[in-house]
Amino acid sequence: MTTIVYVPGDAGALSLGAGEVAAAILAEAKRRGADVTVVRNGSRGAYWLEPLVEVVTAAGRVAYGPVSAADVPALFAADFLRGGVHPKAHGVTDSIPWLQGQQRLTFERVGVIDPTSVADYVKHGGYRGLTRALSMSGADIVQAITTSGLRGRGGAAFPTGIKWKTVLDQRTAQKYVTCNADEGDSGTFADRMLMEGDPLSLIEGMTIAGIAVGATQGYIYLRVEYPHALRTLQAAIAAATQAGYLGADVAGSGKRFDLEVRVGAGAYICGEETSMLESLEGKRGEIRVRPPLPAIKGLFGQPTIVNNVITLGSVPWILDHGADAYANFGTGKSRGTLPIQLAGNIRRGGLIERAFGLTLRELLYDYGGGTATGKPIRTVQVGGPLGAYIPASQFDTAVDYEALSGIGALLGHGGIVVFDDSVDMARMARYAMEFCAIESCGKCTPCRIGSTRGVEVIERIIQGIDAERNVQLLEELCDLMVQGSLCGLGGMAPFPVQSALKYFREDFRARPR
Amino acid sequence: MQTLVPETDVVKRIVAERRGRPGPLLEILHAIQGELGYIPGGAVPVVAQGLNLSRAEVHGVVTFYHYFRRSRPGTHTVQICRAESCQSMGAEALAEHARARLGIDFHETTANGRFSLEPIYCLGNCACSPAVMIDGQLHGRVTPERFDALIAAGEKAK
Repeated sequence: MTTIVYVPGDAGALSLGAGEVAAAILAEAKRRGADVTVVRNGSRGAYWLEPLVEVVTAAGRVAYGPVSAADVPALFAADFLRGGVHPKAHGVTDSIPWLQGQQRLTFERVGVIDPTSVADYVKHGGYRGLTRALSMSGADIVQAITTSGLRGRGGAAFPTGIKWKTVLDQRTAQKYVTCNADEGDSGTFADRMLMEGDPLSLIEGMTIAGIAVGATQGYIYLRVEYPHALRTLQAAIAAATQAGYLGADVAGSGKRFDLEVRVGAGAYICGEETSMLESLEGKRGEIRVRPPLPAIKGLFGQPTIVNNVITLGSVPWILDHGADAYANFGTGKSRGTLPIQLAGNIRRGGLIERAFGLTLRELLYDYGGGTATGKPIRTVQVGGPLGAYIPASQFDTAVDYEALSGIGALLGHGGIVVFDDSVDMARMARYAMEFCAIESCGKCTPCRIGSTRGVEVIERIIQGIDAERNVQLLEELCDLMVQGSLCGLGGMAPFPVQSALKYFREDFRARPR
Repeated sequence: MQTLVPETDVVKRIVAERRGRPGPLLEILHAIQGELGYIPGGAVPVVAQGLNLSRAEVHGVVTFYHYFRRSRPGTHTVQICRAESCQSMGAEALAEHARARLGIDFHETTANGRFSLEPIYCLGNCACSPAVMIDGQLHGRVTPERFDALIAAGEKAK
């Protein structure tokens, strides 16, 4: 009988040598005459253990990691195909403490299944949500999403049900469902992991959205930096079409839903929804002035749902288990679970899906184990390049929308980037302005010009030129950008700068040159 | 021997294949860069005419997006992530090392046409920082030594 060995095909695992590991396992199995089938799953999200190899044994899936190709002969010698003892063995995967304490709803299949196999997806609960949705009216599906309390996971946290209801209420022949997969925030990779590890959940979520509001065409707007996700999505769309879950007759319902992937071209601003729509139309990704909302006049002027990957990927679970089951997770107005991404200078980085409410301290120390460099954590940036830097004195803040905005920070897409005490916050502030200058779409002046002036002013502070006066000038410039910019890029790029000034003022003082 | 198809013919074919699709300009530019490695200046009027757009509109789109390039790239494209997560793990020092190793700055190509060096802002590999992508292959936790090994492999490979 063949032994099944899982070796992730996830881009992050591949970046650490998972491809070489898979090849080495097959070669060694051949040499020894062992009957082995290698399945390329997604990542479990424990990147500190990647490449994480799992073997299916009588006791369950047994994990080994981080495995390098050089470890493979020793693993065979230790009889890892039957769960043998080895210094890199971690026992049954599901009982690894880092994974065991998680509450995986949206990521329940990621790292578990063969990502592009419809049969494996269905075996693990896939398409039960769509089946349920097909027995409901559009209004009832939308109501279920509203009741679940699901809010946009891309960063804006807008209630998903309200957005869907607006599209449902429009009377037009053509509507669209679009997925914003332009995951550009540094420190975030949940979208990528879901698209590579369980793309069918996103496809099912979009199909349910289409059925709910009467849209027959879906587009996934994927960033060009994700070539692995592109290949997986295209294979999954082909498989779903082949199995009758996409196309003219979705699951025998007589309803149509077609889906295709469109690739961006390296513009951060296209993660802003109206800019993304412009880009999908083949134009410069300049933002649109709202109103009208995309839900009323969106892609090609038609009513359009624009949701993030995680938002749409959570929809099948909600339809399958019920809105109340989802709303039972979480706290206050932050319902459900959040896939948190622990990144940067951290010992045990990766994806942690838990109900809202965990504190930063629990994440950084209990899960993360402190910095990778072993030095103290000085600050974390939450919510991407537009998010505030949070000092250690505020690490008892809960990771939910309201608690973070209560301390002047934002949750964004749930990425946390960790810095040790060697970080120079004046340089990080300069980078925030530099990034805004590089990525500004140019439509409004506060963002286009303000960011460049910001780089110059901070540079002067770093050079020790008239630091006090320039800090004051910088504060005024930040105010102007926040108040005067058209969208979140120019309007929020000052947040990391303002927080650095507020909590790490000493880094902006005249310094020895 | 490979037959050389003039660039204009390639562009015309790509436009003809895709002009009927909704909002096709980005897809067309992707296809051109996919086949030719860059968007030649001569492609702009051909695309403009094919889509009934002005040359300014097409030029505006080509230049808006960082990914589209207007000059021929080196044999290998080396992208180094410069975003916050990678910075927290020494990406600036790695970038400095890469510049010195290749003898070029960002947005430049080595004199022998072997390598182009490009900055990139997040590769989504932030739990394995710093990250580098070479010809679409992602590499995590890249030390200067590992970077040199990857470049040495690129020097040998065709």
